[in-house]
Amino acid sequence: MNLFALLTIALPALGSAVTFAGARDLRHVKFWSVAPIAAALFCSLVVQVAHGTGGVSTSITELAPAGQYTVWLGTRVSGLSALVGILVTVVALCVQVFSLTYMRHEKRYPTYAALISLFTAAMLLVVYSADLIVLLVGWEIMGACSYFLIGHYWERPDARSGSIKAFLVTKTGDVPFLFGITALGIRTGSFRIDDVLHYVGVNGLPYASFIAVLLLCGVVGKSAQFPLHTWLPDAMAGPTPISALIHAATMVAAGVYVVALLYPVFLLAPGVLTLMAVIAAITMTGSALAAFAQTDIKKVLAYSTVSQLAYMLGGLAVGGRTAAVFHLITHGAFKALLFLAAGVVIHRVGSNELSEMGGLRHRMPIAFRTMTVGLAALVGVPLFSGWFSKEAILGAAWDASGQFAAAGRIVLIGGLLTVGLTAAYATRLWLKMFWGPFPEASPDDHRVEAPQTELVPLIVLAVPAAVLGFVALGGGAFGSWIGNAFGLAVPSSAGADLAPAGATSAIAFVVTVLGAGLVWNAWRRDPAADPAELLGRWRETALYGFYLDDVQDLIIVQPAKALARLVGYLDTEVVDAYVRGAGITARGLGGLLRRVQTGNIQLYLTALFAGVIVIAAVFAGQVR
Amino acid sequence: MHAVYPLLLGALLFAIGLYGVLARRNAITVLMAIELLLNAVTINLVAFGSLIRDQFNIGQVFTLFIITMAAAETGLGLAIVLMIFRQRGNADIDGQRQLAEPLGGPADETDPSADAVAIAPGDGGSEAEEEPVVARALAKTEAAR
Amino acid sequence: MSSALAVSALPAAAPSYLSPTGVEIAFVLIGLLVLGSALLVVTVQNLVHAALWLVVCLGGIAGEYLLLGAQLVAWVQILIYVGAIVVLLLFGLVLTRAPIGRTDELDVKYKLPAIVVAAAAAGVLVTVIVDAYHTTWLEPRAAVPQGTNAANGAALFRFWVLPFETLSVLLLAALVGAIVVSRRGADSESEENRGTA
Repeated sequence: MNLFALLTIALPALGSAVTFAGARDLRHVKFWSVAPIAAALFCSLVVQVAHGTGGVSTSITELAPAGQYTVWLGTRVSGLSALVGILVTVVALCVQVFSLTYMRHEKRYPTYAALISLFTAAMLLVVYSADLIVLLVGWEIMGACSYFLIGHYWERPDARSGSIKAFLVTKTGDVPFLFGITALGIRTGSFRIDDVLHYVGVNGLPYASFIAVLLLCGVVGKSAQFPLHTWLPDAMAGPTPISALIHAATMVAAGVYVVALLYPVFLLAPGVLTLMAVIAAITMTGSALAAFAQTDIKKVLAYSTVSQLAYMLGGLAVGGRTAAVFHLITHGAFKALLFLAAGVVIHRVGSNELSEMGGLRHRMPIAFRTMTVGLAALVGVPLFSGWFSKEAILGAAWDASGQFAAAGRIVLIGGLLTVGLTAAYATRLWLKMFWGPFPEASPDDHRVEAPQTELVPLIVLAVPAAVLGFVALGGGAFGSWIGNAFGLAVPSSAGADLAPAGATSAIAFVVTVLGAGLVWNAWRRDPAADPAELLGRWRETALYGFYLDDVQDLIIVQPAKALARLVGYLDTEVVDAYVRGAGITARGLGGLLRRVQTGNIQLYLTALFAGVIVIAAVFAGQVR
Repeated sequence: MHAVYPLLLGALLFAIGLYGVLARRNAITVLMAIELLLNAVTINLVAFGSLIRDQFNIGQVFTLFIITMAAAETGLGLAIVLMIFRQRGNADIDGQRQLAEPLGGPADETDPSADAVAIAPGDGGSEAEEEPVVARALAKTEAAR
Repeated sequence: MSSALAVSALPAAAPSYLSPTGVEIAFVLIGLLVLGSALLVVTVQNLVHAALWLVVCLGGIAGEYLLLGAQLVAWVQILIYVGAIVVLLLFGLVLTRAPIGRTDELDVKYKLPAIVVAAAAAGVLVTVIVDAYHTTWLEPRAAVPQGTNAANGAALFRFWVLPFETLSVLLLAALVGAIVVSRRGADSESEENRGTA
């Protein structure tokens, strides 16, 4: 089983290397970008089947001793990693197939495909790694690939700045994350995940809150939570398929994954859990408001991702680890679907703006239907996957007690609010895109909606978006696949019950209908107007993400630039002054000495004889 | 007699000759002062020769040599003074400033007009060059160099 | 080679400084003449007068040589220094068209350094000499035999032949050099300068 896990990592890496190396023949590029990932998908399925509901299985070799600590290379298959691995390979395969025709007219397609394969390998490394340091390596490679891929259209300034912003903001979280991992490894005496979890389970952890906060910083950065969420909307400058892969389903989910992986550490720090809940609550409501006001459909989906990730983080904060992971998987499916469908629409319409779309349901039937499924899952229409997973989280928040009580209340209130807001922006998106008049109605436009390679992934992803939720009805079955916080096996009878129940479902349903209804009402009165006007005066603030970009610029970017200018000034004026001063002093001294050389021979003789007399006098004095 | 007297005479004559070499402007007066220097030395030599009375008679023989060389040196020195006079119309040593470093630095050497300007001021004080032949001669020597 | 160095300390019966012998008086008086005329050579503001005072000075020095017992040297001094070298200097004055009569600009502008250096030189030398030799006595009469032509000639051609011959070569070189240096032929500048100044 570990061998197949290793293959799952190695095959996309191989594909990436081959594509980078021999990027000339397009035919081979297409093969090498799709085939290894398909094989990896197969391997990950084998891993899951082999793992079943068992505990952790690890296979490692020692890579390098680093003084007191050793870095281990190998794979660790737990229920969590097996399931997330399948998610990653499925979405990656869909994206690669989608890109075959979506990106065929773009420049640098081979590099793009190779980077996607490399990214997939890195994410799988994070998922299957047995050692925290190797996990960190995969983490950082993902960040680098994200940078390259967002900046794919580097001719455009917004792509360049977006990629740098994504990189820097996630790095702001990654540095504390590195410290957290190091501290964790040092405290527990080893960097192997098994050892860490075992130590934490037996001995507890000194400075648990401190370590948990450091780890949380990395999660906040990578999973785009407040205050490090500002990079995700700007990352939409990259091609749409990578938004689907990286910024919806996988990389941003890596933060949540790490919390789920190292959950015992967080369980020892209730203050950090409350902090997590607060962050999650702020993020989910704020970004949902922002999503409501956006005019670019990709930005709507980006803010939506931020909001849904906050849901997952909130679920983890209230102790609902299984529920959060469940939401992670369903979200991966429907968000990837939404992004890919958006990509198809953008290509057809030629623009990202909502104002230029409308009435597309007739011209783009498959996109319409799949996107409807995706949006339904996003909103939490009953019986779609999103409904089950969201209810699971809200149920966990409602049932939260003991150390999770405070967090539970915060997440519950935020979650319910967000349900309404989610319904609002999803309905707005759906109505403005697919209903109403088509702005450029042309009777001769009989273009095919999109090539098959683009439509098939949509349909493939729509299936789990629709039906994956029914897993929750199987009692603790999902919980038994995931295993418990330590990765140990959990019998299906004792697994967390994810079935929606009780008061939360009712309230959530009401709020959903309320949100959707308000928007539908506003739209019905005037189909050409934007329902976002419901926000009134706050529309513009929400449109610009509550000016948090400007706040970050003021707090961090401007001081950094000022510091850079100061350093430059010090270098040229202070340090360089010494250098120039050395030259000036030398020239000055030379000039002074030159004044002695007047050419007047009698002056020279005078000086000469004066010296001679002095020497003679001294000598005479000595001899005497 | 006390040996101090001829030796003191030599010493004071030497000092006077030194003053003359350093303070006189005309080249021929400088040559005269050089003769004074040499004579101071010869007085010293003869005095010691008379004092010591060695078998080689070093004092007086050296004096003869010195007198001979003084003659040769004066002749040659006057030839050079003549050359200087032909070059610039007077025999001032002060005016011979070719050894000077231009004040603005080595870059100034390429500018011929700057050469004449840079030479003029300086320690020891020389008058401004009024004679037009001087500037032309300077330019010629610059070109010839 | 060993020669008995006949440096004699003051004999017990020698007169002290306060009662000089006749030779000493003569020496001091002529010495004052020499020093006075030398001072005038270097300070007088008239070129020809300076040359003439030089004659006086050199003549005085010749007298001093006689008082020290060096007869040949004294006459050679008159012959060559006064007779040839000063004449040479006067010719030089003529050929360089030196200003006759009183001239104003014969000294450099800043005389102080020269005065200081000369005074320092005098101070050092006088101090050293007085300190070292104030007890030494020189007997000129004993030095007379070595000052004769015969003694000098013998010493010259017995012990100093090589320097003597080298000196003659040096004179020849100086002669040729002076002629070459002051040649007018290849000088085109001199053609212009002849008409001016």
